[in-house]
Amino acid sequence: MNMPVAKTDVSASIPAAPATKANAKVLSLPVRQPALGPRVAAALSRLATAIVPPLVMIVLLLVLWQILCSRPGATLPPPTKIWSDARDLIVGPFFVNGPQDIGLGWRVLVSLQRVAIGYGFAALIGVALGTLIGQSVWAMRGLDPIFQVLRTISPLAWLPISLAAFRDSQPSAIFVIFITSVWPIIINTAVGIRNIPQDYRNVAAVLRLNPYEFFWKIMIPSAAPYIFTGLRIGIGLAWLAIVAAEMLTGGVGIGFFIWDAWNSSRLPDIFIALAYIGIVGFVLDRLVAGIAAVVTRGTSAS
Amino acid sequence: MAPYCKIDHVDKVYSRGSASTRVLKDITFEMEKGEYVSLIGHSGCGKSTLLNIVAALTQPSTGGVMIEGKLVTEPGPDRAVVFQNHSLLPWLTVYENVRLAVDKVFGKVKSKSERDAWTLHNLELVQMTHARDKRPSEVSGGMKQRVGIARALAMEPKVLLLDEPFGALDALTRARLQDTVMALHQKLGNTVMMITHDVDEAVLLSDRIVMMTNGPDAEIGDILTVPIERPRKRLELVSDPEFLSCRQRVLEFLYERHRFVEAA
Repeated sequence: MNMPVAKTDVSASIPAAPATKANAKVLSLPVRQPALGPRVAAALSRLATAIVPPLVMIVLLLVLWQILCSRPGATLPPPTKIWSDARDLIVGPFFVNGPQDIGLGWRVLVSLQRVAIGYGFAALIGVALGTLIGQSVWAMRGLDPIFQVLRTISPLAWLPISLAAFRDSQPSAIFVIFITSVWPIIINTAVGIRNIPQDYRNVAAVLRLNPYEFFWKIMIPSAAPYIFTGLRIGIGLAWLAIVAAEMLTGGVGIGFFIWDAWNSSRLPDIFIALAYIGIVGFVLDRLVAGIAAVVTRGTSAS
Repeated sequence: MAPYCKIDHVDKVYSRGSASTRVLKDITFEMEKGEYVSLIGHSGCGKSTLLNIVAALTQPSTGGVMIEGKLVTEPGPDRAVVFQNHSLLPWLTVYENVRLAVDKVFGKVKSKSERDAWTLHNLELVQMTHARDKRPSEVSGGMKQRVGIARALAMEPKVLLLDEPFGALDALTRARLQDTVMALHQKLGNTVMMITHDVDEAVLLSDRIVMMTNGPDAEIGDILTVPIERPRKRLELVSDPEFLSCRQRVLEFLYERHRFVEAA
């Protein structure tokens, strides 16, 4: 029953088309007059749709948390107690009151510095080794099984070995970051290199690109989406590992802060530290994703 | 005098373990300078393999390819290929794709501004200057293939190899691109070897049509000379008796004498 109705609708609209065109011209004039107002309003409403829903959810969760933890016998502090006990940590990320009494911003920076060094090495060595494995069948046969086993080892299991090797906590923590984040970078790079389409290799062959040109002009751009997937997984793992490593090695980082707070029963401080860790991890992930989007523009569109 | 391009007793055998399949059997033919030769045959007859052997992307099992008396041993820009799926690098713009080839081939003999001019000149030939700063993903399939042709032409190849260049295009785009290729061949006088499975296309564009039998053991079944004067006009050819008889002969070859047999 619906079909014939729809058909007549369509056929009726076709001869009417020129008439609506004339109407549209008349309508477009008044739209132009208010120039900035609607555009700002549109931007604001877009911003609102992005921010308001998570904000509402956060408030709801805080209220729920408050209710659950305010009952007698609750083991964890409610948000109001965290606010009253740890206000200095929340409002001032960068205060310095003494060698161990500093803002969480400083501690995060120390942890980030370790991550930067460890992850930087992982990115360089990971891409290099991944390229080797992706290019050479024999390197893949020899190394791939070893890597597949090594990558399943928990980051913290490496810590005693690296402590024994380096005899210092700082390089040990950096090594743990490196060893945690290097595997996904190696494996994804290798997959990316192996997946370079034969077409591109043919183009390179016809153009007689030398190995150096082939690497920079074909391999890296072609494998870039894969490499960045590896880098993004890697940065996430690195940030996970640094907290755990610092809990054991001590020092100034955010991980040690949590351990220290636990030992001195400053439970509210731990909640603030968790929030810091989460937000910094989120920013790191977005950062790598953003770089990837800029670098690989065009590549993934084909 | 030695022929310009000679494909000399080429055999290609693929072997896996003890089983071996001969794809091409004793392929021999010659091309003159400036000649447009099409290879036609059913799918799986090894015509792409033959083109790859001329490009040296595949090595023949026996026999060889000679160009200007020299044996072809490795791929190179003197045998530029226009690939079926255009094979443009998606991270480079249209201009950069052609420029990459120009830089590689003329990097030592031409100055920077000459290379820039030569790149633009070749884009102009295929009417793609308007899209020079677009990426391949932003232009249509026909345009991509135009850029692929510009890239190949820019290398000034001795033999231009076209691997089903119009295969993935719709009929109208295909006709326009065929006209472009025909005009370019007229203007530049390239030696062209084209793979196709479209009979009209083969007759329209070629000086000679090499018809291949079905594989395995594919060989040259017949070579047809197309005696139609150039420049050729698509619309006039439709009723041209010469065109019709050539078309008839290719069709007979493909559909009566060497009907395509589904993999038995």
